[in-house]
Amino acid sequence: MTAVIAAEGLGKRYRGKWALTDCTLSIPAGHVVGLVGLNGAGKTTLLNLATGMLAPTTGTIEVLGERPAAGPAQLARVGYLSQDAPVYAGLSVGDHLELGAHLNPGWDAALARDRIDQLDLDPRRKAGKLSGGQRAQLALTLALGKRPELLILDEPVASLDPLARREFLQDLMGTVAEQEVSVVLSSHLISDLERVCDYLIVLADSRVRIAGPVDELLSAHHLLSGPRRDPDTRPAGCQVISASHTDRQSTLLVRADGPVVLDPAWTVSEVRLEDLVLAYMKQAAGRSDRNRNRHLEALT
Amino acid sequence: MIEFHLDYRSGVAPYMQLIHQVRQALRLGLLRKGDQLPKVKDVAAGLAINPNTVLKAYRELEYEGLAAARPGIGTFVTGTLDGGSLAAHQPLRRELLRWLGKARRAGLDDESIEALFVSTFRSASEEDIA
Repeated sequence: MTAVIAAEGLGKRYRGKWALTDCTLSIPAGHVVGLVGLNGAGKTTLLNLATGMLAPTTGTIEVLGERPAAGPAQLARVGYLSQDAPVYAGLSVGDHLELGAHLNPGWDAALARDRIDQLDLDPRRKAGKLSGGQRAQLALTLALGKRPELLILDEPVASLDPLARREFLQDLMGTVAEQEVSVVLSSHLISDLERVCDYLIVLADSRVRIAGPVDELLSAHHLLSGPRRDPDTRPAGCQVISASHTDRQSTLLVRADGPVVLDPAWTVSEVRLEDLVLAYMKQAAGRSDRNRNRHLEALT
Repeated sequence: MIEFHLDYRSGVAPYMQLIHQVRQALRLGLLRKGDQLPKVKDVAAGLAINPNTVLKAYRELEYEGLAAARPGIGTFVTGTLDGGSLAAHQPLRRELLRWLGKARRAGLDDESIEALFVSTFRSASEEDIA
């Protein structure tokens, strides 16, 4: 099966600064992919490269087997929602649907109308008078109405209140269950990603730190705690992602692709997605930078 | 029809929580043979979770022989879990209550009781495996 997004050594430089470096990915179809990272980590850059709004500085990217925005046929297969859920304030909900029908050859008018009914939106209402949550739902309807194979959502819920956020994700998950659509969505809210994503990409400092199916990532990582060790000795077969030491105890988050064999002094526990994401972000941040730590706290 | 809920602080994987809830409903008689489980789409939309999580839980229940999918219709309960054991619950509960009374009289607080039960339960299960 063709990867929904395949990147090879992909990089993007703006004014001498690398926003994305050496990104190699192959995301299989049929997933809800979470792209997580701090602000400025490269999430939007990667998504803009995937939609063809940016051209790579280095490397290549293919989306659904073609160069992004290679032509109208490729564009028709990808639905995209940018951060601010763009709608035209002066146009009504109904006008938006008509616009969608005119601009998209494969427009599914019945699907769009059903969604508007279910969302209880008045077709005569001006988009400018809708709530933030309703505007996001309208923008999602436009993206879904073209019946894309891949839906790319850049921070779709960041500006929504908790109730609207939940409703948006409920709607999105219901849609994913019904239609065969792959989704890539960026967010810095790990609790949301934990619910909806079954594939995760962690970006930090313009690089992909880890990517893969959530189940596999969770089963390959372990949290070890035990009597304090020399920080340079590590359990065999394990890669240490993060470590903390007190005078008596050491706690390590490790990656082990095979079974872990440890002396019995270690206690092994399962890792939660949030711990895993934060460990990779901290690893990237290197020595603690106060500002970054504040960001990390804000994430949890 | 049962309704699922998720506890994200429990640390238990969401698909396991769904499985536990079906098993629990079977034990308590809330679900019986022939009952339909909630549709994947409804669970995904209701809980705002990935549909694959629901599918994974249902597949596991099928593997255990507790449920079966009928293509295009849904997933239905095909097994039971009470196994006649419901009748045994009451006497066991009475014994447990007596034990709890003893534990309190020995000065154990709630957390100590729970820790003692869990650690004993675990070591007993491990001995069974070994």
